[in-house]
Amino acid sequence: MTANGLFSIDDLRLYFRTRKGPVQAVDGVSLTLPRGRTVVIVGESGCGKSSLARAILRLLPRNVARYSGSVRLNGLDVMTLPEEQFRQQVRWIRLAWVPQGAMNSLNPVIRIGDQVAEPLLAHRRTESLAAARRSAEEVFHRVGVPVDFLDRYPFELSGGMRQRAALAMALITVPDVVILDEPTSALDVLTQANIMNVLKAIKRETQTSFILITHDIATSSELADDAAVMYAGQMVEMSHADQFYREPLHPYSRALMASVPTLREEKRLGFISGQPPSLIDPPKGCRFADRCPARFHKCSEEPPLFKAQDRLVKCWLYA
Amino acid sequence: MPDDVLLSVRDLHTWFELRRWGFVRVGFVRAVDGITFDLRRGEALAVVGESGCGKSTLAKTILGLHLPTRGEIVFDGRTVQSQENLRWFHSRVGYVQQDPYGALAPFMNVQRILEEPLVINGMADRDARVRRIRGVLEEVKLTPVDDFLPRYPHMLSGGQQQRLVVARAAILEPQLIIADEPVSMLDASVRVEILQLLRGLQERYGLSLIYITHDLSTVRHFCERVFVMYGGMIIEQAPVANLLQNPRHPYTQALLAAIPDPDPENATRFREVPPGEPPSLLHPPSGCRFHPRCPAFMPGTCDVNIPTNFEPSAGHRVACWLYDESRQVAAKAPPRP
Repeated sequence: MTANGLFSIDDLRLYFRTRKGPVQAVDGVSLTLPRGRTVVIVGESGCGKSSLARAILRLLPRNVARYSGSVRLNGLDVMTLPEEQFRQQVRWIRLAWVPQGAMNSLNPVIRIGDQVAEPLLAHRRTESLAAARRSAEEVFHRVGVPVDFLDRYPFELSGGMRQRAALAMALITVPDVVILDEPTSALDVLTQANIMNVLKAIKRETQTSFILITHDIATSSELADDAAVMYAGQMVEMSHADQFYREPLHPYSRALMASVPTLREEKRLGFISGQPPSLIDPPKGCRFADRCPARFHKCSEEPPLFKAQDRLVKCWLYA
Repeated sequence: MPDDVLLSVRDLHTWFELRRWGFVRVGFVRAVDGITFDLRRGEALAVVGESGCGKSTLAKTILGLHLPTRGEIVFDGRTVQSQENLRWFHSRVGYVQQDPYGALAPFMNVQRILEEPLVINGMADRDARVRRIRGVLEEVKLTPVDDFLPRYPHMLSGGQQQRLVVARAAILEPQLIIADEPVSMLDASVRVEILQLLRGLQERYGLSLIYITHDLSTVRHFCERVFVMYGGMIIEQAPVANLLQNPRHPYTQALLAAIPDPDPENATRFREVPPGEPPSLLHPPSGCRFHPRCPAFMPGTCDVNIPTNFEPSAGHRVACWLYDESRQVAAKAPPRP
């Protein structure tokens, strides 16, 4: 986690306006990502991890109550760019996205190849259809889809192949950072392992950085260099992967890790009782305090991110 | 049938007819294709397989939601195919669906959801019904009970909804619960809770449990015996510990090798994955259904005959020609990936 990263976000906030009050979906998240590394963001449903992806890409719904912070790419604060400039220069050109369920969102009446090549044309990276087609062939080769699939329609492809095509669509513009939102969660075990192999290969061969958003801790370890845990809109832990998967620090991360059934290792499984707090008017202190086995009087105040060796933990235990 | 067998499935086939334009016969989708097993009283059995392997069709056929094309299902000594036996059978079996929200009627509150099966099955005494509902809610830990009785499904969290579905499955004090992917829609932190709940019910009341899942890593904690399905057939069946330590079928071996544990070392290596896709159930491959993807494929055998069950160790059965002792090649098992 070096300071001079390729990509960094600082104190990013995204609140949604609802009738009951603002929902603090992303509440002060900071993150640094060096070139060629992968950070995994794990969290349960409703913790704001997909909203974080949308906030980074500035793909916002209409009911935004607050959108602040900074997103820096090679030192340039892209949050300050006007929307049109952001669209032309940043989105999908340097920051690409594989949304959740992308494989089911392909247009059923357009050939796969045309859809995969579309970002090049839409973002004016090339004017020539032939050149776009050539790039599509290259990127298909990289994600392991036979080139003759370019002329097929989505329904003719299996789930794994469609997910690869969605991945190809994000990689075709050679972006600096790719955000993967639950890229394997709807897939079978073997297909999942296949996609992870593809991602590992791409990671080794190129300088692309990945942000992998997932609820699946076991699978996330396949790709992680760094790991971050989100809970109730906030980042509660940030560590190097080899430390995180062996010994998570935050009580929430520990409980989450204890709830993951393992195949090879004998362990007692745990679960977290209770529910995450409402993000409308969340509790003042630590948001995990109500469910935390280690809570003490300090927890009624909001903890800052403490440094424990070179890891960051939002918990008073590490003060 | 021995006395300790609760459910006995014999040569079960569930084929779905596929037609084009409503009348041109295309063929049959062989979702369940020749399954035979016995489930003992008080036994927790897991059925594992990837999507499209027929595991949900198997569950639904046992429940009587699909009509079997061929074969027999015997529950507690009675065949369940006839209409009147089906009614009797349904009062003795509970069903936990995959998607709790979809399984609960949105316009019924918790009390009505749980009361309905009791009314249908002739529990006329209102007080007895309420007592039973309270008892089962305590059992699934939806407490304080009075808070939950008037609530509607949308007022419950995903985990609570699933506990309600479990409560409904358990309210008639069934002898068998069939849970079809009961936790795949839930968050990691509540999955274990639901599975422990099912396991607790099963152990306390000596129920039998059929747990259908795609997730082998949960199986070791909650079941005794496991079946692996592929292409509509059971290809391996064994006690859980045996299967995990010593998987015999090449498909099971591949499946186990593909499942990650949370381990930072994972990022440094690639995983072996057999090529290709699961077979079409409309035109399944000849012989063993795994042979086009199998690393130990033996031409002339695997692509010709469907393997029968071999028993390389007691209680561990595998449908793979490698374990045919009458063949010489079978002397050594394939290397584990």
